[in-house]
Amino acid sequence: MPTGPVIKGKLSRDDILMRAGMIVIALYLIVTLVMPLSVMFSKSLSTYRFDLSAFEFQVSDEAGTFDGTVLTGLELNEATGAYKPRDLNTNADGRLGVTGFFPDFSFRSPVEYQIRSIAEDGRYLVGSTLHTGSDWQQLDSNTFRRVSLRPTKSRGISNFVEYFSTPALSNSIKNSLWIAAVSTVITVGLAFWFAYALNRSCMRFKGAFRLIAMMPILVPSLLPGIALVYLFGNQGMLKELLFGASIYGPIGIIIGSVFFTFPHAFIIISTALAISDARLYEAATSLRASRWRTFWTVTIPAARYGLISAAFVVFNLVITDFGLPKVIGGQFNVLAVDIYKQVIGQQNFEMGAVVSVVLVIPAILAFAIDRMVQSKQVSSLSARSVPFQPKPDKKMDRIFLTYCTFVGIFIVGILAVCQFAALVKFWPYDLSLSLKNYQFNRMDGGGWEAYYNSIKLGLLTAVVGTAVVFFGAYLVEKSKGFKTGRAIFQGFAMLPMAIPGMVLGLAYIFFFNNPDNPLNVIYGTMVILVVSTVTHFYTVSHLTAVTALKQMDGEFESVAASLKQPTMKLFARVTVPVCLPAILDISIYLFVNAMTTVSAVVFLYSTDTALASIAVLNMDDAGDIAPAAAMGMMIFYTNAFARIVHLIASKGILGRTQAWRTR
Amino acid sequence: MNFKLTTAVSALIGAAMATAAIAQTELTVYTAVEAEDLPRYAEKFNEVNPDITVNWVRDSTGVITAKLLAERDNPQADVIWGLAATSLLLLKSEGMLEAYAPAGVEKLNAKFVDKDTPPAWVGMDAWVAAVCVNTVESEKLGLDMPTSWKDLTDPQYEGHVIMPNPNSSGTGFLDVSSWLQMFGEDEGWAYMDALHNNIARYTHSGSKPCKLAASGEIPIGISFAFRGAKSKAEGAPLEIIVPSEGVGWDMEATAIVAGTDALEAAQKLVDFTVTEDAMRMYNVGYAVVAIDGIAEPVEHFPEGLADAMIDNDFEFAANNRARILEEWQKRYDGKSEPK
Repeated sequence: MPTGPVIKGKLSRDDILMRAGMIVIALYLIVTLVMPLSVMFSKSLSTYRFDLSAFEFQVSDEAGTFDGTVLTGLELNEATGAYKPRDLNTNADGRLGVTGFFPDFSFRSPVEYQIRSIAEDGRYLVGSTLHTGSDWQQLDSNTFRRVSLRPTKSRGISNFVEYFSTPALSNSIKNSLWIAAVSTVITVGLAFWFAYALNRSCMRFKGAFRLIAMMPILVPSLLPGIALVYLFGNQGMLKELLFGASIYGPIGIIIGSVFFTFPHAFIIISTALAISDARLYEAATSLRASRWRTFWTVTIPAARYGLISAAFVVFNLVITDFGLPKVIGGQFNVLAVDIYKQVIGQQNFEMGAVVSVVLVIPAILAFAIDRMVQSKQVSSLSARSVPFQPKPDKKMDRIFLTYCTFVGIFIVGILAVCQFAALVKFWPYDLSLSLKNYQFNRMDGGGWEAYYNSIKLGLLTAVVGTAVVFFGAYLVEKSKGFKTGRAIFQGFAMLPMAIPGMVLGLAYIFFFNNPDNPLNVIYGTMVILVVSTVTHFYTVSHLTAVTALKQMDGEFESVAASLKQPTMKLFARVTVPVCLPAILDISIYLFVNAMTTVSAVVFLYSTDTALASIAVLNMDDAGDIAPAAAMGMMIFYTNAFARIVHLIASKGILGRTQAWRTR
Repeated sequence: MNFKLTTAVSALIGAAMATAAIAQTELTVYTAVEAEDLPRYAEKFNEVNPDITVNWVRDSTGVITAKLLAERDNPQADVIWGLAATSLLLLKSEGMLEAYAPAGVEKLNAKFVDKDTPPAWVGMDAWVAAVCVNTVESEKLGLDMPTSWKDLTDPQYEGHVIMPNPNSSGTGFLDVSSWLQMFGEDEGWAYMDALHNNIARYTHSGSKPCKLAASGEIPIGISFAFRGAKSKAEGAPLEIIVPSEGVGWDMEATAIVAGTDALEAAQKLVDFTVTEDAMRMYNVGYAVVAIDGIAEPVEHFPEGLADAMIDNDFEFAANNRARILEEWQKRYDGKSEPK
């Protein structure tokens, strides 16, 4: 029988509506992520080169008469060998002197020179005055020595060649990979035993330790750097502990990275350790396996996906972090700080784009490997599993308690040092306490206005971000058919995770600061900060929403359809209330991150939209370290307060909306 | 009653007409002047020109320069008031400045005015390099008080000197370009090679070295006099040294951005920035201002600062900037290896 035409279901109005919604949110991701990144990539290929053939010269004799011989710069350079081909590659700010073309040149000689650009748009300077156009310009020797040629724009890979042949730049790749790797090993090791103690022992104060472990998430990553200066700097309280080594450099970056990545690793590993099958342990005991053997053959394999995932998350956080190495990195160059130095210090946007491309590669690789490993994960917990219950073991419990206390002291200690630094009048000469360092309006960085701006950004990001992310996740999770579209959308939603904040920020400059872009109006406003923050933290929020939505059976949609209820009504009346815990989690996640992020917004804030986290960075940069610590602690208290409000709100709302969960 | 209403209405109309009469011109002014000085500057300006509103856009020198360059094809600023002359030269060579000779420009020291006529920018005050030395810490370490740049290369200071990275700090570039001008290219680089051995690290900002010296973190900070004087006033045990060979300097300067739609107001603003009143206003924080003989000594500023200022060739600095920075990076930035 011949195959008939493929039968397709007719699209209902609801389906069309949902697809349209999905396209809108996909468009949002294209405009705020894909397009800026592609503009940035193209910028990294935009090069500047002195085009010697575009300039012509004439030289007179001693009497000042020209014989009419016209030579191009190219011919002159070939004759004299003044510049090698590599010297002609430059950046946007490049200038090239021309006296090298004339071996007999002396600024005292009566010889006159003429110069012109062949094309109308060729550019050269006399002194610091810009000249364009193809008219001949006659100059005496003394003025001619002040002539410099300006480069023309072209496309090519010469920026990359320049990058990899300059050790001062390309060494950063090695440095970045090295500190990221070392920090990963230490953090995952520490977090594993901490999570192990909390999940597999019967030690006391578990609740308190869980709270402490989450504290670093509430502060900007550069805050531990400030604490380390007070602890181990040349005037530090504990500098003897370093035995003469300098905290400014890899040591400082690694200690600080361990601090700020610890909670991320802890959450992931703790989840992996939380559930396990007690039958495996019973089997191990009855086989008389030693504890050590049981640990390696049962515990570790069960937690391996958590460990791998934690490792990649930490690696990515460290390699893309900018605040910490800026504060405490000293002469130890890393990629993220290089981007900042190129863009802010040297206004070399092209090289900044090159470093960004270089930084994206390890970040994307780490992310891709993690996703691949995660997709292999199979459930180790079956319906017949018996949940593992730790048994009291006095000796082990005491060891774990000691260990957790040490980690707890490290975390609380860093924050306490910052608070102390903020209150001391003039470390180390005047140790009396004062609130002088809270007079932010007297410092660079934006003052108290910056703090209020941050709260505004946090709230806007939480509201707008949660709405966009959750709605997007709902559409992609619950719409029927349209497989390719959904797959592409998923891809876009995962992409932000792999894009470092610095790279996103720089891409936004290129994309949104272009006068031809109709979206140019949002540049320099709060809107661009909200957009960049939502996009930067899109992936984790999206995954949280998807997980919550996956728990809801697709039957709901079918029932709604058969009752002829529009999907949007179902969404508002059933889905949102049921998923409210996840929605609240997403909004607090976005709020806290908007308060602490530095990298995504450091290129985008303007005078009116200075932010608290940026103020910490800038005050430290100006040497006002104590006020920087004070502002950092303000962020901490604000976030802690937000967390408490979130806790109370969830309890209250959950009581009302989640009653169906308990019978 | 009826009379009252009429008066009220006419008062309202009068008020409305009054505001219309002094139609406020708004100027977007980009600046790198310290944040705390800005309200004072605007207030003084408004005493003379109440009909012009100044909207400040403030950031560090590097950021403001980057912002202006990025907006090259679509300038947002009307006037630049208080940005390093080196940056303004950069903008000038991009053709971004509107040349204008403000009323009274002839009173300014020629050093403080762009060489072209009409000048593309005019100076306000000088921003002079200096060395901040922490007396308490250097006594503890048994260090001699340095008196010259060359002194700082002495092995006794190894690891005790800190300076800004010229690749990210205007002050750092000012130091490097002044050494190259004073000592000549070859000797200048040789000097920096020797100095590099004593440098603890290079900071991103120009004021940080002095603040680190003030807090005793590193005893000797190469920074600028203004910053040192401020820290000293706050009670830091600092000595501000003016090296005997002379010191590099840059100036804060003013220029009109080409393409502004409020040219007349912009010119009024630039006129104001070179008046003697304005100079006295700059004098609160800066010991050297553009009109000679006006500046009162500023507390805690070292003596002889104005005489020690070298004859800075801004054109050399601007036209060789890219080359100098590249060379500097090659020599000193790549040395840090992971251990």
